[in-house]
Amino acid sequence: MLCGLIHSMAPESGRQSPVEIRPVGDRALLAAFENRIDPVVSNQVLNLKWALEQQSHDGIEEIVCSYRTLLIYYDPLSLTFNALSDLVHNLLRENIGPAAPQRRWRIPVCYGGAAAPDLENLAQAHGLTAEEVIDIHGATLYRVYLVGFSPGWTFLGGLDERLHTPRLATPRAEVPAGCISIGGQQGMIGGLAMPSGWNLIGQTPERTYAPERKAPFFMAAGDEVEIRQIDKTEYAHLASKAAQGLRVSEALHDTE
Amino acid sequence: MTQNETVTTGLHVLRVTALCQLQDLGRVGYQSFGVTRCGAMDRISLRLANILAGNPEHTPCLELALAGAVFEVCSRTMRLAFVGDFPLAINGGPVKSNASYTLARGERFTISACRGGAAGSDRFGSHGYLAVAGGFEVKPQMGSCATHARTGLGGFGQDISTGALLPVRLADAPIAPDGVLPHQLVRQGSDKIRVVRGPQDEQFSVASIAGFFSGAFTLQHQSDRMGYKLGGNVIESAGDGSIISEPVSPGSVQVPASGDPIVLMADCGTIGGYPRIATVISVDQGQLAQFTPGKAFYFEEVSLEESQKILQRKEQQIAAFAGR
Repeated sequence: MLCGLIHSMAPESGRQSPVEIRPVGDRALLAAFENRIDPVVSNQVLNLKWALEQQSHDGIEEIVCSYRTLLIYYDPLSLTFNALSDLVHNLLRENIGPAAPQRRWRIPVCYGGAAAPDLENLAQAHGLTAEEVIDIHGATLYRVYLVGFSPGWTFLGGLDERLHTPRLATPRAEVPAGCISIGGQQGMIGGLAMPSGWNLIGQTPERTYAPERKAPFFMAAGDEVEIRQIDKTEYAHLASKAAQGLRVSEALHDTE
Repeated sequence: MTQNETVTTGLHVLRVTALCQLQDLGRVGYQSFGVTRCGAMDRISLRLANILAGNPEHTPCLELALAGAVFEVCSRTMRLAFVGDFPLAINGGPVKSNASYTLARGERFTISACRGGAAGSDRFGSHGYLAVAGGFEVKPQMGSCATHARTGLGGFGQDISTGALLPVRLADAPIAPDGVLPHQLVRQGSDKIRVVRGPQDEQFSVASIAGFFSGAFTLQHQSDRMGYKLGGNVIESAGDGSIISEPVSPGSVQVPASGDPIVLMADCGTIGGYPRIATVISVDQGQLAQFTPGKAFYFEEVSLEESQKILQRKEQQIAAFAGR
């Protein structure tokens, strides 16, 4: 039963490979790195994705990443599972370099108020004041681990341990667009309004997904995020700019 | 005059329910930004409808789920093709499904509700595909016209409601005779769905795996385009029933803590956190999509090699019919 086999050894070299490869049905291959949430592992994932994309192989249809895994959709009529598996192992042996340059964004966030029904409870649960929660959350440099679940929903790592908070027992049927929330050890910048069981502490006027823009998305896995606190007045001002399709976050990296 | 024609030609919707959506083969390349693939629940049937209509196989079609619809042709002539086991009529006279027909201005095409497998019905299926020769006049979003109701992506930019006039690219309609789907490409009822194990099968106990392949499942009513919920054969979940979130794809059978599996379908999220015991092979995903709530069936394991041979044979059949 070849299909369930774990390729823990890279072919030929006999050297331990950092990746496990498995089939997901007849049209996708899952490549999994070490089972933890860690920027080093995330970089391995993104570097492999980048290296595969440079190959622009006809048989590869789409590559989707998460914390430790890549799902590679392929056309088995033009690329076999074993050939794709070998391609992955070979790329990893070549010690592939870093992916696209890391970018950093400064996202405006308005804490508290109607969009932050969980701020007080969350602060109390940690023996903090709401202001302390805001200060800690707003001063952290985050890493984008993935964009997923719904268009533009941006999963952040690096949340200060003092703010780790379990998800709500009962998810809300809908949370507002752009909500800033906490789920376990992760942070989130919401996209469109969606159901969610995460703790809501603020809101950004930024639209992480704006279908009318030429590029509907600007943040991607591997990017860094810092926060600029804004008040309600500035929120309203930026929200009206964002509604016109403008990006209201600052790019802190050198824009190409 | 030309302008006037533009607004009065097309397919006039005389009656429709919410279960009618524009779909194609889905949105590829944006899952890394959280955009669901979507696309037809039964991709093969959509492709066959397009072949019957003379269109490229990925052309957007109307997908009907269980409910019917009535259309009137608002152009000199229009060729329509329908694939799916729904009762059809032209101007009230019954015609066979899985075929294409050329209609004249004012003629009516009626698709009646289908509940394949329901008591007293000898029909099979729940999804049907209406293709128009030339295709609908719609603008793709992120490379696809597939409707995703939740995020408002795709489709005609609004619901397909009674009274709407759906614009058709008549100028692109190829000239071709009407045709019928060959018997071997018409979906038949079955109670077997083939899967490849994994990707997290090793997290389940030997007894769980054995139970998964030996027992019958029943499709539950709380099933939709995101996932088909199964009941009747509880599978002991693996570990604490969750994994670090990872990309998921249609066809995968995830087992949450409750032990009642869910098969991910066309509108499934881009990531998931439940262990997946097996994945339905692509050729059988459309077959499963055609099941109706209450349908009992079982899973059969095939190897990866077998699953890809099955795909190759199916693609050869489709290519032969398409004259490729």
